[in-house]
Amino acid sequence: MVRNAMPGPELSSTVRLMLNGAPQELTVDNRTTLLDLLRDRLDHTGTKKGCDHGQCGACTVLVDGRRANSCLLLAVAVDGREVTTVEGLEDDEPHPMQAAFLAHDAFQCGYCTPGQICSAIGMLDELAEGWPSAVTTGPVHPDDAEIRERMSGNLCRCAAYPNIVAAIREVAGA
Amino acid sequence: MREFAYARARDVDAAVSLVADNPGARYLGGGTNLVDLMKLGIERPELLVDVTGLPLDEVTEDGDLLRIGALVRNSDLAAHPLVRDRYPVLSQAVLNGASGQLRNVATTGGNLVQRTRCGYFTDPTKPCNKRMPGSGCPAIEGEHHNLAILGASDHCVATHPSDLAVALAALDARIDVQDLAGPHELPLEDLYRPVGDRPDLELTIRDGALITGVALPPLPPDARTTYRKVRERASYAFAIAAVAAVLVVRDGLVSDVRIALGAVASHPWRARIAERELRGGPATAAAFEAAAIAELDAARPLRDNAYKVPLVRDLVVAVLTELAR
Repeated sequence: MVRNAMPGPELSSTVRLMLNGAPQELTVDNRTTLLDLLRDRLDHTGTKKGCDHGQCGACTVLVDGRRANSCLLLAVAVDGREVTTVEGLEDDEPHPMQAAFLAHDAFQCGYCTPGQICSAIGMLDELAEGWPSAVTTGPVHPDDAEIRERMSGNLCRCAAYPNIVAAIREVAGA
Repeated sequence: MREFAYARARDVDAAVSLVADNPGARYLGGGTNLVDLMKLGIERPELLVDVTGLPLDEVTEDGDLLRIGALVRNSDLAAHPLVRDRYPVLSQAVLNGASGQLRNVATTGGNLVQRTRCGYFTDPTKPCNKRMPGSGCPAIEGEHHNLAILGASDHCVATHPSDLAVALAALDARIDVQDLAGPHELPLEDLYRPVGDRPDLELTIRDGALITGVALPPLPPDARTTYRKVRERASYAFAIAAVAAVLVVRDGLVSDVRIALGAVASHPWRARIAERELRGGPATAAAFEAAAIAELDAARPLRDNAYKVPLVRDLVVAVLTELAR
Protein backbone atom coordinates (compact mmCIF):
# COMPACT_ATOMS: atom_id res chain seq x y z
CA MET A 1 0.00 0.00 0.00
CA VAL A 2 1.27 3.43 -0.95
CA ARG A 3 1.26 6.06 1.76
CA ASN A 4 1.88 9.51 0.38
CA ALA A 5 4.32 11.76 2.16
CA MET A 6 2.42 14.23 4.34
CA PRO A 7 2.66 17.91 3.39
CA GLY A 8 3.32 20.72 5.86
CA PRO A 9 1.10 21.15 8.93
CA GLU A 10 -1.15 23.80 7.41
CA LEU A 11 -1.76 21.54 4.40
CA SER A 12 -2.85 18.50 6.41
CA SER A 13 -5.52 17.92 9.05
CA THR A 14 -6.50 15.43 11.71
CA VAL A 15 -9.75 13.67 10.88
CA ARG A 16 -11.89 11.71 13.31
CA LEU A 17 -14.82 9.71 12.05
CA MET A 18 -16.85 6.61 12.81
CA LEU A 19 -16.33 4.03 10.09
CA ASN A 20 -18.87 1.20 10.20
CA GLY A 21 -19.23 1.79 13.94
CA ALA A 22 -15.51 1.93 14.76
CA PRO A 23 -13.77 5.21 15.64
CA GLN A 24 -10.91 6.25 13.37
CA GLU A 25 -8.44 9.09 13.80
CA LEU A 26 -5.72 9.94 11.33
CA THR A 27 -3.84 12.83 9.79
CA VAL A 28 -4.55 13.40 6.12
CA ASP A 29 -3.29 15.58 3.31
CA ASN A 30 -6.17 18.06 2.85
CA ARG A 31 -6.46 16.93 -0.77
CA THR A 32 -7.53 13.42 0.27
CA THR A 33 -11.05 12.49 -0.72
CA LEU A 34 -13.17 10.29 1.53
CA LEU A 35 -12.93 7.62 -1.20
CA ASP A 36 -9.12 7.62 -1.16
CA LEU A 37 -9.12 7.72 2.64
CA LEU A 38 -11.28 4.60 2.77
CA ARG A 39 -9.34 2.67 0.14
CA ASP A 40 -5.73 3.80 0.61
CA ARG A 41 -5.51 4.65 4.29
CA LEU A 42 -8.16 2.50 5.98
CA ASP A 43 -7.94 -0.64 3.80
CA HIS A 44 -11.66 -0.53 3.04
CA THR A 45 -11.54 -1.36 -0.66
CA GLY A 46 -15.19 -2.41 -0.96
CA THR A 47 -16.03 1.13 -2.04
CA LYS A 48 -14.99 1.43 -5.68
CA LYS A 49 -13.42 4.23 -7.70
CA GLY A 50 -15.12 4.53 -11.07
CA CYS A 51 -15.06 7.95 -12.73
CA ASP A 52 -13.76 9.85 -9.67
CA HIS A 53 -15.90 12.82 -10.79
CA GLY A 54 -19.32 12.13 -9.27
CA GLN A 55 -20.77 10.83 -12.50
CA CYS A 56 -20.98 7.05 -11.99
CA GLY A 57 -21.97 6.39 -8.35
CA ALA A 58 -19.54 3.47 -7.84
CA CYS A 59 -18.11 5.26 -4.78
CA THR A 60 -21.47 5.74 -3.04
CA VAL A 61 -21.36 5.41 0.76
CA LEU A 62 -23.69 6.52 3.55
CA VAL A 63 -22.63 9.60 5.52
CA ASP A 64 -24.75 10.07 8.65
CA GLY A 65 -27.15 7.65 6.96
CA ARG A 66 -27.43 9.60 3.71
CA ARG A 67 -26.01 8.38 0.42
CA ALA A 68 -23.21 10.46 -1.05
CA ASN A 69 -20.43 10.20 -3.65
CA SER A 70 -17.29 9.65 -1.58
CA CYS A 71 -15.10 10.79 -4.50
CA LEU A 72 -16.37 14.37 -4.18
CA LEU A 73 -16.21 14.62 -0.39
CA LEU A 74 -12.95 15.82 1.10
CA ALA A 75 -11.95 13.68 4.06
CA VAL A 76 -11.42 16.83 6.16
CA ALA A 77 -15.00 17.84 5.49
CA VAL A 78 -16.43 14.61 6.98
CA ASP A 79 -14.62 15.06 10.29
CA GLY A 80 -16.97 14.00 13.08
CA ARG A 81 -19.40 12.16 10.80
CA GLU A 82 -20.51 8.52 10.64
CA VAL A 83 -19.58 6.72 7.46
CA THR A 84 -21.07 3.38 6.42
CA THR A 85 -19.55 1.42 3.55
CA VAL A 86 -20.52 -1.89 1.99
CA GLU A 87 -18.25 -3.61 4.55
CA GLY A 88 -20.45 -2.25 7.35
CA LEU A 89 -23.75 -3.60 6.08
CA GLU A 90 -23.37 -7.23 7.16
CA ASP A 91 -24.50 -8.13 10.62
CA ASP A 92 -23.61 -11.87 10.72
CA GLU A 93 -26.08 -12.26 7.86
CA PRO A 94 -25.85 -10.32 4.60
CA HIS A 95 -27.95 -7.15 4.60
CA PRO A 96 -31.34 -7.77 2.95
CA MET A 97 -30.24 -5.60 0.03
CA GLN A 98 -27.11 -7.71 -0.45
CA ALA A 99 -29.21 -10.90 -0.27
CA ALA A 100 -31.67 -9.51 -2.82
CA PHE A 101 -28.85 -8.58 -5.22
CA LEU A 102 -27.60 -12.18 -4.96
CA ALA A 103 -31.07 -13.69 -5.36
CA HIS A 104 -31.84 -11.57 -8.42
CA ASP A 105 -28.37 -11.83 -10.01
CA ALA A 106 -28.31 -8.04 -10.00
CA PHE A 107 -24.79 -7.68 -11.38
CA GLN A 108 -22.33 -9.03 -13.89
CA CYS A 109 -18.81 -7.78 -13.22
CA GLY A 110 -19.78 -6.48 -9.78
CA TYR A 111 -17.71 -3.31 -9.87
CA CYS A 112 -20.65 -0.95 -9.43
CA THR A 113 -22.40 -3.25 -6.94
CA PRO A 114 -21.16 -1.84 -3.59
CA GLY A 115 -22.22 1.62 -4.74
CA GLN A 116 -25.54 0.32 -6.04
CA ILE A 117 -26.26 -1.41 -2.73
CA CYS A 118 -25.33 1.56 -0.53
CA SER A 119 -27.28 3.87 -2.82
CA ALA A 120 -30.35 1.60 -2.78
CA ILE A 121 -30.34 1.46 1.02
CA GLY A 122 -30.10 5.24 1.26
CA MET A 123 -32.74 5.63 -1.44
CA LEU A 124 -35.28 3.43 0.37
CA ASP A 125 -34.81 5.53 3.51
CA GLU A 126 -35.52 8.63 1.41
CA LEU A 127 -38.65 6.96 0.05
CA ALA A 128 -39.75 6.05 3.56
CA GLU A 129 -39.34 9.72 4.54
CA GLY A 130 -41.78 10.57 1.75
CA TRP A 131 -39.24 12.50 -0.31
CA PRO A 132 -40.56 13.14 -3.82
CA SER A 133 -38.63 12.48 -7.04
CA ALA A 134 -38.76 13.92 -10.55
CA VAL A 135 -41.30 11.26 -11.55
CA THR A 136 -43.50 11.49 -8.44
CA THR A 137 -47.03 12.60 -9.23
CA GLY A 138 -48.89 11.60 -6.05
CA PRO A 139 -47.99 9.71 -2.89
CA VAL A 140 -44.58 8.08 -3.27
CA HIS A 141 -44.61 4.39 -4.09
CA PRO A 142 -41.55 2.24 -4.90
CA ASP A 143 -42.60 1.21 -8.41
CA ASP A 144 -40.13 0.62 -11.25
CA ALA A 145 -40.30 4.21 -12.51
CA GLU A 146 -39.50 5.60 -9.06
CA ILE A 147 -36.66 3.14 -8.49
CA ARG A 148 -35.11 3.87 -11.88
CA GLU A 149 -35.30 7.63 -11.42
CA ARG A 150 -33.98 7.55 -7.87
CA MET A 151 -31.12 5.20 -8.80
CA SER A 152 -30.05 7.17 -11.88
CA GLY A 153 -26.88 8.30 -10.11
CA ASN A 154 -25.54 4.72 -10.21
CA LEU A 155 -24.36 3.57 -13.61
CA CYS A 156 -23.87 -0.11 -14.51
CA ARG A 157 -21.79 -0.61 -17.64
CA CYS A 158 -22.90 -4.28 -17.74
CA ALA A 159 -26.48 -2.95 -17.85
CA ALA A 160 -27.79 -5.23 -15.11
CA TYR A 161 -30.48 -2.63 -14.53
CA PRO A 162 -33.57 -4.90 -14.84
CA ASN A 163 -32.28 -7.20 -12.11
CA ILE A 164 -31.07 -4.29 -9.96
CA VAL A 165 -34.57 -2.81 -10.10
CA ALA A 166 -36.10 -6.21 -9.24
CA ALA A 167 -33.77 -6.64 -6.25
CA ILE A 168 -34.56 -3.21 -4.88
CA ARG A 169 -38.28 -3.67 -5.47
CA GLU A 170 -38.18 -6.88 -3.44
CA VAL A 171 -36.52 -5.15 -0.47
CA ALA A 172 -38.97 -2.26 -0.77
CA GLY A 173 -41.77 -4.80 -0.46
CA ALA A 174 -43.44 -3.54 -3.62
CA MET B 1 -4.62 18.75 -7.21
CA ARG B 2 -2.73 21.68 -5.80
CA GLU B 3 -2.08 21.62 -2.04
CA PHE B 4 -4.34 23.81 0.07
CA ALA B 5 -4.99 24.81 3.64
CA TYR B 6 -8.38 24.09 5.20
CA ALA B 7 -10.32 26.00 7.84
CA ARG B 8 -13.78 25.68 9.32
CA ALA B 9 -15.59 28.98 9.66
CA ARG B 10 -16.88 29.74 13.17
CA ASP B 11 -19.47 32.25 11.97
CA VAL B 12 -20.41 34.20 8.86
CA ASP B 13 -18.28 37.23 9.78
CA ALA B 14 -15.19 35.08 10.30
CA ALA B 15 -15.80 33.22 7.03
CA VAL B 16 -16.14 36.44 5.07
CA SER B 17 -13.04 38.04 6.55
CA LEU B 18 -10.98 34.90 5.84
CA VAL B 19 -12.00 34.74 2.18
CA ALA B 20 -12.30 38.44 1.38
CA ASP B 21 -8.74 39.09 2.54
CA ASN B 22 -7.30 36.23 0.50
CA PRO B 23 -7.70 36.08 -3.28
CA GLY B 24 -6.56 32.43 -3.20
CA ALA B 25 -9.36 31.42 -0.82
CA ARG B 26 -12.66 29.76 -1.72
CA TYR B 27 -15.73 28.85 0.29
CA LEU B 28 -16.40 25.13 0.53
CA GLY B 29 -20.08 24.15 0.67
CA GLY B 30 -21.07 20.70 -0.52
CA GLY B 31 -18.09 20.76 -2.86
CA THR B 32 -19.82 18.73 -5.56
CA ASN B 33 -18.64 21.15 -8.24
CA LEU B 34 -15.64 22.80 -6.57
CA VAL B 35 -13.85 19.58 -5.57
CA ASP B 36 -14.33 18.23 -9.08
CA LEU B 37 -12.89 21.43 -10.58
CA MET B 38 -9.95 21.18 -8.17
CA LYS B 39 -9.27 17.63 -9.37
CA LEU B 40 -9.29 18.91 -12.94
CA GLY B 41 -6.88 21.72 -12.04
CA ILE B 42 -9.40 24.40 -13.04
CA GLU B 43 -9.83 25.69 -9.50
CA ARG B 44 -6.54 25.96 -7.59
CA PRO B 45 -7.38 27.47 -4.20
CA GLU B 46 -4.71 28.02 -1.55
CA LEU B 47 -7.28 27.94 1.24
CA LEU B 48 -10.69 26.34 1.56
CA VAL B 49 -13.00 27.88 4.14
CA ASP B 50 -15.61 25.24 4.99
CA VAL B 51 -18.90 27.00 5.68
CA THR B 52 -21.04 23.88 6.12
CA GLY B 53 -21.04 24.24 9.92
CA LEU B 54 -22.70 27.68 9.77
CA PRO B 55 -26.34 27.92 10.87
CA LEU B 56 -27.66 28.63 7.36
CA ASP B 57 -29.38 25.29 6.80
CA GLU B 58 -33.02 26.03 7.55
CA VAL B 59 -36.12 26.85 5.54
CA THR B 60 -38.15 29.37 7.55
CA GLU B 61 -41.20 31.60 7.20
CA ASP B 62 -40.56 35.31 7.66
CA GLY B 63 -43.85 37.19 7.31
CA ASP B 64 -45.03 36.30 3.83
CA LEU B 65 -41.49 35.43 2.66
CA LEU B 66 -40.02 31.96 2.60
CA ARG B 67 -36.34 32.08 3.53
CA ILE B 68 -34.01 29.32 2.37
CA GLY B 69 -30.61 29.18 4.04
CA ALA B 70 -27.69 28.99 1.62
CA LEU B 71 -26.61 25.69 3.16
CA VAL B 72 -29.95 23.91 2.77
CA ARG B 73 -29.08 20.76 0.86
CA ASN B 74 -30.84 20.24 -2.46
CA SER B 75 -32.63 17.11 -1.13
CA ASP B 76 -33.99 18.92 1.91
CA LEU B 77 -35.09 21.86 -0.21
CA ALA B 78 -36.99 19.68 -2.69
CA ALA B 79 -38.66 17.66 0.07
CA HIS B 80 -39.57 20.58 2.33
CA PRO B 81 -43.37 20.70 2.85
CA LEU B 82 -43.57 24.50 2.49
CA VAL B 83 -41.56 24.42 -0.74
CA ARG B 84 -43.64 21.57 -2.19
CA ASP B 85 -46.86 23.29 -1.17
CA ARG B 86 -46.14 26.89 -2.17
CA TYR B 87 -43.47 26.65 -4.86
CA PRO B 88 -43.84 23.26 -6.58
CA VAL B 89 -41.79 24.56 -9.52
CA LEU B 90 -38.78 24.87 -7.22
CA SER B 91 -39.09 21.35 -5.84
CA GLN B 92 -39.51 19.97 -9.37
CA ALA B 93 -36.51 21.88 -10.71
CA VAL B 94 -34.24 20.63 -7.93
CA LEU B 95 -35.41 17.03 -8.39
CA ASN B 96 -34.67 17.27 -12.11
CA GLY B 97 -31.04 18.13 -11.37
CA ALA B 98 -28.11 15.83 -10.61
CA SER B 99 -28.60 12.52 -8.74
CA GLY B 100 -29.88 11.52 -5.33
CA GLN B 101 -26.33 11.29 -4.01
CA LEU B 102 -25.36 14.73 -5.29
CA ARG B 103 -28.57 16.39 -4.09
CA ASN B 104 -27.89 15.06 -0.58
CA VAL B 105 -24.64 17.04 -0.50
CA ALA B 106 -25.03 20.03 -2.84
CA THR B 107 -26.18 23.29 -1.26
CA THR B 108 -28.60 26.00 -2.37
CA GLY B 109 -25.98 28.75 -2.42
CA GLY B 110 -23.39 26.60 -4.14
CA ASN B 111 -25.84 25.68 -6.86
CA LEU B 112 -26.17 29.34 -7.86
CA VAL B 113 -22.43 29.87 -8.28
CA GLN B 114 -21.56 26.53 -9.89
CA ARG B 115 -19.54 26.79 -13.09
CA THR B 116 -20.48 25.94 -16.64
CA ARG B 117 -20.05 22.36 -17.88
CA CYS B 118 -18.85 23.59 -21.32
CA GLY B 119 -16.28 20.97 -22.37
CA TYR B 120 -13.66 23.59 -23.19
CA PHE B 121 -13.96 25.23 -19.78
CA THR B 122 -13.47 21.88 -18.03
CA ASP B 123 -10.48 20.86 -20.17
CA PRO B 124 -7.37 22.72 -19.00
CA THR B 125 -5.49 21.79 -22.21
CA LYS B 126 -7.91 23.90 -24.30
CA PRO B 127 -8.22 27.67 -24.71
CA CYS B 128 -11.21 29.20 -22.90
CA ASN B 129 -11.95 32.88 -22.31
CA LYS B 130 -13.82 32.06 -19.12
CA ARG B 131 -10.90 30.13 -17.65
CA MET B 132 -8.02 32.01 -19.31
CA PRO B 133 -9.16 35.48 -20.43
CA GLY B 134 -8.02 36.30 -23.95
CA SER B 135 -7.15 32.71 -24.91
CA GLY B 136 -10.13 32.34 -27.23
CA CYS B 137 -13.34 30.35 -27.44
CA PRO B 138 -13.02 27.12 -29.43
CA ALA B 139 -16.68 26.30 -28.75
CA ILE B 140 -17.92 28.85 -31.29
CA GLU B 141 -16.45 26.82 -34.15
CA GLY B 142 -16.29 23.53 -32.26
CA GLU B 143 -18.51 21.47 -29.98
CA HIS B 144 -21.41 23.71 -29.05
CA HIS B 145 -24.56 21.70 -29.66
CA ASN B 146 -25.64 22.26 -26.05
CA LEU B 147 -24.41 25.84 -25.64
CA ALA B 148 -26.08 29.24 -25.57
CA ILE B 149 -28.51 30.76 -28.07
CA LEU B 150 -29.34 33.89 -26.07
CA GLY B 151 -27.15 36.61 -24.57
CA ALA B 152 -23.84 35.04 -25.63
CA SER B 153 -20.96 36.98 -27.20
CA ASP B 154 -18.03 36.43 -29.54
CA HIS B 155 -16.03 35.68 -26.40
CA CYS B 156 -18.10 32.93 -24.78
CA VAL B 157 -21.16 30.81 -25.52
CA ALA B 158 -21.26 28.81 -22.27
CA THR B 159 -24.52 28.01 -20.49
CA HIS B 160 -25.32 28.03 -16.79
CA PRO B 161 -26.04 24.42 -15.79
CA SER B 162 -28.44 24.95 -12.87
CA ASP B 163 -32.04 23.80 -12.72
CA LEU B 164 -32.67 25.31 -9.28
CA ALA B 165 -31.65 28.82 -10.37
CA VAL B 166 -34.08 28.72 -13.30
CA ALA B 167 -36.98 28.12 -10.91
CA LEU B 168 -35.70 30.86 -8.59
CA ALA B 169 -35.58 33.29 -11.52
CA ALA B 170 -39.25 32.58 -12.31
CA LEU B 171 -40.13 33.07 -8.63
CA ASP B 172 -38.52 36.55 -8.39
CA ALA B 173 -36.14 35.24 -5.74
CA ARG B 174 -33.88 37.62 -3.85
CA ILE B 175 -30.41 36.64 -2.76
CA ASP B 176 -28.90 37.49 0.64
CA VAL B 177 -25.20 38.20 0.48
CA GLN B 178 -22.62 39.19 3.04
CA ASP B 179 -19.31 40.86 2.26
CA LEU B 180 -16.88 43.02 4.24
CA ALA B 181 -19.34 45.92 4.05
CA GLY B 182 -22.01 43.81 5.75
CA PRO B 183 -25.17 42.05 4.64
CA HIS B 184 -27.20 43.12 1.63
CA GLU B 185 -29.63 41.61 -0.85
CA LEU B 186 -30.22 41.66 -4.57
CA PRO B 187 -32.59 40.09 -7.09
CA LEU B 188 -31.34 36.74 -8.39
CA GLU B 189 -31.33 38.18 -11.91
CA ASP B 190 -28.80 40.81 -10.83
CA LEU B 191 -26.42 38.19 -9.44
CA TYR B 192 -25.13 37.31 -12.91
CA ARG B 193 -23.19 39.62 -15.22
CA PRO B 194 -23.87 39.81 -18.94
CA VAL B 195 -21.21 37.85 -20.85
CA GLY B 196 -19.68 40.71 -22.85
CA ASP B 197 -15.93 40.54 -23.36
CA ARG B 198 -15.14 39.24 -19.85
CA PRO B 199 -16.83 35.86 -19.48
CA ASP B 200 -14.44 35.09 -16.61
CA LEU B 201 -16.31 37.66 -14.51
CA GLU B 202 -19.56 35.84 -13.83
CA LEU B 203 -21.02 37.42 -10.71
CA THR B 204 -21.86 40.99 -9.71
CA ILE B 205 -21.10 40.43 -6.03
CA ARG B 206 -17.63 41.23 -4.73
CA ASP B 207 -14.86 38.67 -4.58
CA GLY B 208 -15.13 36.99 -1.21
CA ALA B 209 -18.84 37.75 -0.79
CA LEU B 210 -20.79 34.86 0.73
CA ILE B 211 -24.31 34.00 -0.35
CA THR B 212 -26.15 33.39 2.92
CA GLY B 213 -29.69 32.71 1.73
CA VAL B 214 -32.53 33.07 -0.73
CA ALA B 215 -35.86 34.78 -0.08
CA LEU B 216 -39.01 33.91 -2.02
CA PRO B 217 -41.92 36.36 -2.19
CA PRO B 218 -45.44 34.90 -2.06
CA LEU B 219 -47.26 33.83 -5.22
CA PRO B 220 -50.88 34.76 -5.90
CA PRO B 221 -53.07 32.01 -4.40
CA ASP B 222 -54.38 31.02 -7.84
CA ALA B 223 -50.92 30.86 -9.44
CA ARG B 224 -49.93 27.60 -11.10
CA THR B 225 -46.29 26.69 -11.57
CA THR B 226 -44.25 23.98 -13.23
CA TYR B 227 -40.77 23.07 -14.45
CA ARG B 228 -40.07 21.08 -17.58
CA LYS B 229 -36.63 19.96 -18.64
CA VAL B 230 -35.43 18.41 -21.90
CA ARG B 231 -32.26 16.35 -21.80
CA GLU B 232 -30.48 13.71 -23.80
CA ARG B 233 -31.30 10.87 -21.40
CA ALA B 234 -34.26 10.35 -19.09
CA SER B 235 -32.49 11.25 -15.85
CA TYR B 236 -29.20 12.51 -14.43
CA ALA B 237 -28.19 14.78 -17.30
CA PHE B 238 -27.88 18.51 -17.75
CA ALA B 239 -30.66 20.26 -19.64
CA ILE B 240 -30.50 21.06 -23.32
CA ALA B 241 -33.48 23.31 -22.63
CA ALA B 242 -35.68 23.95 -19.61
CA VAL B 243 -38.60 26.17 -18.72
CA ALA B 244 -39.82 27.29 -15.30
CA ALA B 245 -43.14 29.06 -15.42
CA VAL B 246 -45.65 30.76 -13.15
CA LEU B 247 -49.08 31.50 -14.63
CA VAL B 248 -52.21 33.16 -13.29
CA VAL B 249 -55.24 33.07 -15.59
CA ARG B 250 -58.41 34.94 -14.67
CA ASP B 251 -61.47 34.98 -16.93
CA GLY B 252 -59.43 33.53 -19.77
CA LEU B 253 -56.87 36.32 -19.58
CA VAL B 254 -53.26 36.18 -18.43
CA SER B 255 -53.24 38.07 -15.14
CA ASP B 256 -49.63 37.23 -14.25
CA VAL B 257 -46.94 35.23 -16.00
CA ARG B 258 -43.27 34.63 -15.31
CA ILE B 259 -41.10 32.50 -17.53
CA ALA B 260 -37.46 31.57 -17.01
CA LEU B 261 -35.44 29.55 -19.51
CA GLY B 262 -32.57 27.22 -18.64
CA ALA B 263 -29.63 25.93 -20.69
CA VAL B 264 -29.94 28.71 -23.26
CA ALA B 265 -27.69 31.43 -21.78
CA SER B 266 -24.87 32.13 -19.35
CA HIS B 267 -27.46 32.60 -16.60
CA PRO B 268 -31.14 31.74 -16.05
CA TRP B 269 -32.91 33.68 -18.81
CA ARG B 270 -36.01 35.53 -17.72
CA ALA B 271 -38.27 35.81 -20.76
CA ARG B 272 -39.42 39.37 -20.11
CA ILE B 273 -40.38 40.03 -23.73
CA ALA B 274 -42.69 37.01 -23.80
CA GLU B 275 -44.16 37.96 -20.44
CA ARG B 276 -44.93 41.49 -21.64
CA GLU B 277 -46.60 40.14 -24.77
CA LEU B 278 -48.80 37.84 -22.70
CA ARG B 279 -49.85 39.99 -19.75
CA GLY B 280 -53.49 41.01 -20.06
CA GLY B 281 -54.01 39.00 -23.24
CA PRO B 282 -55.77 35.71 -23.94
CA ALA B 283 -54.37 32.52 -22.43
CA THR B 284 -54.37 30.58 -25.68
CA ALA B 285 -51.82 28.38 -27.43
CA ALA B 286 -51.63 30.91 -30.28
CA ALA B 287 -50.79 33.72 -27.86
CA PHE B 288 -48.22 31.56 -26.09
CA GLU B 289 -46.54 30.74 -29.39
CA ALA B 290 -46.46 34.37 -30.54
CA ALA B 291 -44.91 35.37 -27.20
CA ALA B 292 -42.27 32.64 -27.38
CA ILE B 293 -41.37 33.66 -30.94
CA ALA B 294 -41.05 37.29 -29.84
CA GLU B 295 -38.66 36.29 -27.04
CA LEU B 296 -36.59 34.13 -29.35
CA ASP B 297 -36.21 36.90 -31.92
CA ALA B 298 -32.99 37.77 -30.08
CA ALA B 299 -31.66 34.21 -30.40
CA ARG B 300 -28.31 33.91 -32.21
CA PRO B 301 -27.84 30.20 -32.63
CA LEU B 302 -24.59 28.62 -33.77
CA ARG B 303 -24.04 25.95 -36.44
CA ASP B 304 -25.10 23.02 -34.25
CA ASN B 305 -27.50 24.44 -31.68
CA ALA B 306 -30.17 26.06 -33.86
CA TYR B 307 -32.45 23.17 -32.87
CA LYS B 308 -32.84 24.89 -29.50
CA VAL B 309 -34.85 27.75 -30.99
CA PRO B 310 -37.90 25.70 -32.03
CA LEU B 311 -37.37 23.42 -29.02
CA VAL B 312 -37.62 26.31 -26.57
CA ARG B 313 -40.56 27.78 -28.48
CA ASP B 314 -42.48 24.50 -28.30
CA LEU B 315 -41.50 23.95 -24.69
CA VAL B 316 -42.83 27.36 -23.65
CA VAL B 317 -46.10 26.72 -25.50
CA ALA B 318 -46.47 23.25 -23.95
CA VAL B 319 -45.74 24.43 -20.42
CA LEU B 320 -48.06 27.45 -20.54
CA THR B 321 -50.82 25.42 -22.19
CA GLU B 322 -50.57 22.84 -19.43
CA LEU B 323 -50.70 25.54 -16.75
CA ALA B 324 -53.67 27.29 -18.40
CA ARG B 325 -55.68 24.08 -18.61
